[in-house]
Amino acid sequence: MKAMLFGFVAIAVIAVGADFTLDQMGWSAQEQGASPSNVRLD
Amino acid sequence: MRDVRKIILGCIMAVLAFMFLMSWMTPGSVNAQEATTVAPEAEIDRSATGGATTLEDIMRRQQGLPVDNDYRAENVGNPESAAGLSEQLGTLGGASDPDLWRGMRFNAADVTTQVRGPAAEVLIQDRGMWWLQFREGPLLTYGGYLLLGTLGFLALFYLIRGRVRIDGEKTGRRIERFKNFERFGHWLLAGSFILLGITGLVSLMGRKFLIPAFGHEAYAWLATGSKWIHNNVSWAFMLALVMIFVMWVIHNFPDKTDLKWLAKGGGLFGGGHPPAKKFNAGQKLIFWSTIVLGVSISVSGLSLLFPFELPLFAKTFAILNTTGLPEMLGFGVLPETMTPHEEMQYAQLWHAIVSFVLMAIILAHIYIGSIGMEGAFDAMGNGMVEEQWAKEHHSLWVEEVKQREGKAPSGATPAE
Ligand code: HEM
Repeated sequence: MKAMLFGFVAIAVIAVGADFTLDQMGWSAQEQGASPSNVRLD
Repeated sequence: MRDVRKIILGCIMAVLAFMFLMSWMTPGSVNAQEATTVAPEAEIDRSATGGATTLEDIMRRQQGLPVDNDYRAENVGNPESAAGLSEQLGTLGGASDPDLWRGMRFNAADVTTQVRGPAAEVLIQDRGMWWLQFREGPLLTYGGYLLLGTLGFLALFYLIRGRVRIDGEKTGRRIERFKNFERFGHWLLAGSFILLGITGLVSLMGRKFLIPAFGHEAYAWLATGSKWIHNNVSWAFMLALVMIFVMWVIHNFPDKTDLKWLAKGGGLFGGGHPPAKKFNAGQKLIFWSTIVLGVSISVSGLSLLFPFELPLFAKTFAILNTTGLPEMLGFGVLPETMTPHEEMQYAQLWHAIVSFVLMAIILAHIYIGSIGMEGAFDAMGNGMVEEQWAKEHHSLWVEEVKQREGKAPSGATPAE
């Protein structure tokens, strides 16, 4: 059953990694949808 | 004889259950009534508005009925066709705000905006209503009943057929069916698919079922979490899809044994165990469904994940139109130009429809891989299956394995 556990852990790791990487690459909704001159409170 | 009677009884019950569900699902009567309250397009009298949009036009659009836009499309700011200044609708010398809005509506206005993003300049699109109604209506209803129907069918199957047992005497010997890496790939796929299925259903059905049950506040949290999981777990699913394709495609090409297997109904209802290689015909169907539908879900999902960046449907429809197929099937000519938002709407519907189909198929797979068949789960659990199970369900594969083992020096792992 170790393979199953590894699989499930990998899902979590990939998900967090994808979220972080896409955000770093500028794919956040904020960066995609707002121009730099927009007033936006972070 | 008793078996035959059981099967017939099962079929009759399944058909009755299906008919019962269908009778519930048809919302026809309500719609028909609504439709009759709206006059057909030809009879709409626009004299009260000086030829402009009437309440009836608005109602027709909201109900997704065909609307003739010609009377408005030509009316986008030409002073010649505007009402005179002294008249009730004659504002701003013919260049009134309504004209500006109409210009936007028909993409004739020159829009500049600070907002970035590919679709930022489309300020109005009027094809959203039918999508919303379809998503909240038939998609949700029929999709939901498809899943419930599948669960019902499986429960019925379990009651009638019971668990598929290992017929012969167990040997106590075990043979390796899937390696660690293969099982890892399977569970990467299975875990992500189940998470995606649940969070997808939360997103689609939350408004109808969860908000009434738990309130907006609680659902807001659930929806935000679901969205995060759905968007980010998708990558694990896509990776796993590639993995299982590469690992197992070699065992999944159809061949002669499949025809015999199918002709015997897989031996599910007696008649002995038809021979099978590593995967039987039923499993091959599961494999190819997962690959083909999984890829389609992935592609439409990517289109949704990167809004407006990967439009798929206008081009696909254009290709389909050249084949003449849509017209032959009564769909008419499919739209070949659409607003970016309409592209997203089609992507959403396609993504959901294909997902419902794959979810129903996978429910059956999960059933037969766990409670439905004695000894099956071990293959994906620890990778080792009872030899008698293997002989009954995958006789040709066992012969192959034995042959390979015979050739290899004892103790050595046979090379794949
Ligand atoms: C709790 C859920 C699941 C269980 C218990 C399960 C169990 C199994 C088992 C035991 C096998 C090996 C069958 C054999 O030895 O021949 C298998 C194979 C497979 N599974 Fe699953 N599975 C689950 C979920 C999924 C999901 C969600 C997917 C896809 C989205 C999936 C796709 C496959 C495929 C493509 C195969 C190979 C073809 C086949 O055997 O049908 N499984 N699964």
